[in-house]
Amino acid sequence: MAQIVVQNAVKRFGKFTAIDDVSLTINDQEFMVLLGPSGCGKTTLLRAIAGLGMLDTGKVVIGSKDVTYLNPKDRNISMVFQNYAIFPHMTVFDNIAFGLKMRKSPKSVIYERVNEAAKLLHIENLLDRYPGQMSGGQRQRVAVARAIAYDTQVLLMDEPLSNLDALLRLEMRAELKALLTKLNVTTIYVTHDQIEALSMGDRIAVMRQGKILQCDTPTRVYDLPADHFVGSFIGNPPMNFLMGRVERDSNRIQVRIGEFQLNPPDEMQDILRVYDGKDIFVGIRAENMEPLAQPTPDSLQVRVDVVEPLGAHNLLTIHIGSDVLKVSTHPDFPAKMGGDLWIRFPIQKIRWMDADSGKALTPNLEKVMA
Amino acid sequence: MTTETYPTTSLSLAEQEQIARRAKFQYNLRRASIYALAIAIAIWILLPIWLVAVMAFSTPADVRGFPKQIVPVPLSTDTMEFFLNQDGILRAARNSVVVAITTLVLSTIIAVPAGYAIARYVFPGRDAIRLGILSVRAFPIVVLAVPLAVTFIELDMYDKVYSLALMHTALTLPTTILVVASVFAGVPYELEEAARIFGCTPTQAFIRVVMPLALPGIAAAAILTFVLSWNEVFAAILLTISNRTLPAQILYTLDKSGDPFKFAGAFFMLLPAMIFIFFIRRYLFSMWGINK
Ligand SMILES: Nc1ncnc2c1ncn2[C@@H]1O[C@H](COP(=O)(O)OP(=O)(O)OP(=O)(O)O)[C@@H](O)[C@H]1O
Ligand SMILES: [Mg+2]
Repeated sequence: MAQIVVQNAVKRFGKFTAIDDVSLTINDQEFMVLLGPSGCGKTTLLRAIAGLGMLDTGKVVIGSKDVTYLNPKDRNISMVFQNYAIFPHMTVFDNIAFGLKMRKSPKSVIYERVNEAAKLLHIENLLDRYPGQMSGGQRQRVAVARAIAYDTQVLLMDEPLSNLDALLRLEMRAELKALLTKLNVTTIYVTHDQIEALSMGDRIAVMRQGKILQCDTPTRVYDLPADHFVGSFIGNPPMNFLMGRVERDSNRIQVRIGEFQLNPPDEMQDILRVYDGKDIFVGIRAENMEPLAQPTPDSLQVRVDVVEPLGAHNLLTIHIGSDVLKVSTHPDFPAKMGGDLWIRFPIQKIRWMDADSGKALTPNLEKVMA
Repeated sequence: MTTETYPTTSLSLAEQEQIARRAKFQYNLRRASIYALAIAIAIWILLPIWLVAVMAFSTPADVRGFPKQIVPVPLSTDTMEFFLNQDGILRAARNSVVVAITTLVLSTIIAVPAGYAIARYVFPGRDAIRLGILSVRAFPIVVLAVPLAVTFIELDMYDKVYSLALMHTALTLPTTILVVASVFAGVPYELEEAARIFGCTPTQAFIRVVMPLALPGIAAAAILTFVLSWNEVFAAILLTISNRTLPAQILYTLDKSGDPFKFAGAFFMLLPAMIFIFFIRRYLFSMWGINK
């Protein structure tokens, strides 16, 4: 059992607050991804959990043990460092075996584990090399192998695939995920690659400026972003945002985009009523808009600025008022640069957000923010 | 547009070739002048050393003669033997070795923890301490000469080999500490952290990861300390009379002796520094990022 609980963690560097009152629970054997832009505090949070760099306030519990003031070696954790930190004066074999040797495991066990981990990361032919004689990607795999071979209940990984080429990365992503499920470890996985986050995580904690904005399953983070930032950070292309004006039309709330009227569903009516006469963000994903070649009464006419064929689908760039939008269409859809197009907005796919705070307006906001 | 920003496209093939030739010529010229400068500097430094070595291994007659030769023919160890057989020279050489080794050991034992602390920890007064260490260096020993001699006499430490070693330790420590600190600073802290994640206490991490990586640098610092002590002459003259070290002894007898003695003595004094440079060459090169 190795549940990880972080409670009200704060970490400052001088006046700068790198971790700003973060609370997070990672369940036993869960794969938690920390996702966020560069400098948002992912590494700092991971290091605090590892016991490198004391928190200013707050608490870290691993399993049933309060480890806030324990040394890293007493936390039963293993870690992949963002810049590898493999020992230059040891061979790859000795690097991977380091933790096991410190633990005084029997020779046969060490040999077996090291070879297993090396095979998994395709570095079994490099075991006699020194780190100085390897490429960045190979070193990174040594770092991952070393962490896996140590065989702990908690595995902390700081961007472990960042230096691999696209193909190897894709392969390793799947293998790592399969392996970690088999090992029954609790994993915290730091990345700023949202595809990696969506494809690997049981849950994703999206961070920004030292705060966790949303911690949810990949589907929910993608479909129900907790705010404007999460929506525009996750997804490729990111969620589209339009400015809409909330208006009352005979007791029914409407959101007007230019001349075009959106009719929010019943459960949104009460929430949007507060914004009567104000602007809000209307968010919708590229694949959720319905492009039409012919006008219909409930569609909006737009001009196509750019057509990008991407194989599986085409990506159109359009604009509505001053807002630029991306629409993805079937490759066969007849769209031409400079041509006209009609768009229908499936009302259930629209996310409404406060224009000032950027917070998502949903009937069950509490659940989304859980 | 593009033809304006890249005018080469509108040039004829011959013109392009000429431009390329000119660039190549300038490149070669630059390289040649860098080489010439490097060779000039090398000669400036090596020539005196070479001449001293030639003299040290020529016959005493050749040394006294004029013009001096630039290759040692006939090769002879007579001059060196003459020097080493002088009264007190061997004893002084032994003293020098004892003082230098004691200094090396003491200095390294103190400098390793001090240098590590300066390299790794941000503690209150760190900058003041660093400055303090440096200012010892800035203090001219001449100013300290009389009080030092008096203190050593009062403590009954005057004219002893070990007290000179203590003095040399004090003199060399600033340099040794700063060199050792920069060696530790060159070992990424993350490696220590990684060691601690994988089961090491801070002490174990230091022994298993930091020390092996810092060892070549610390060895270089230790040898540098040896050479500093070996060459030091002022404190040696000040604090000893009968137990002179080699440079003090040579200096003492310098005006009473002839050229063979001087050249042989100079060569003997040069030896440790040259051996030192030979050994740390590789390390210095890697420190400066030169391959092989
Ligand atoms: N030792 C330190 N001293 C001062 N500031 C620091 C220190 N370590 C980190 N920071 C600051 O804390 C913030 C968070 O850093 P952190 O390394 O956690 O970012 P990150 O999310 O891991 O970014 P990246 O994706 O680039 O690795 C950054 O703004 C960084 O400048
Ligand atoms: Mg980081």
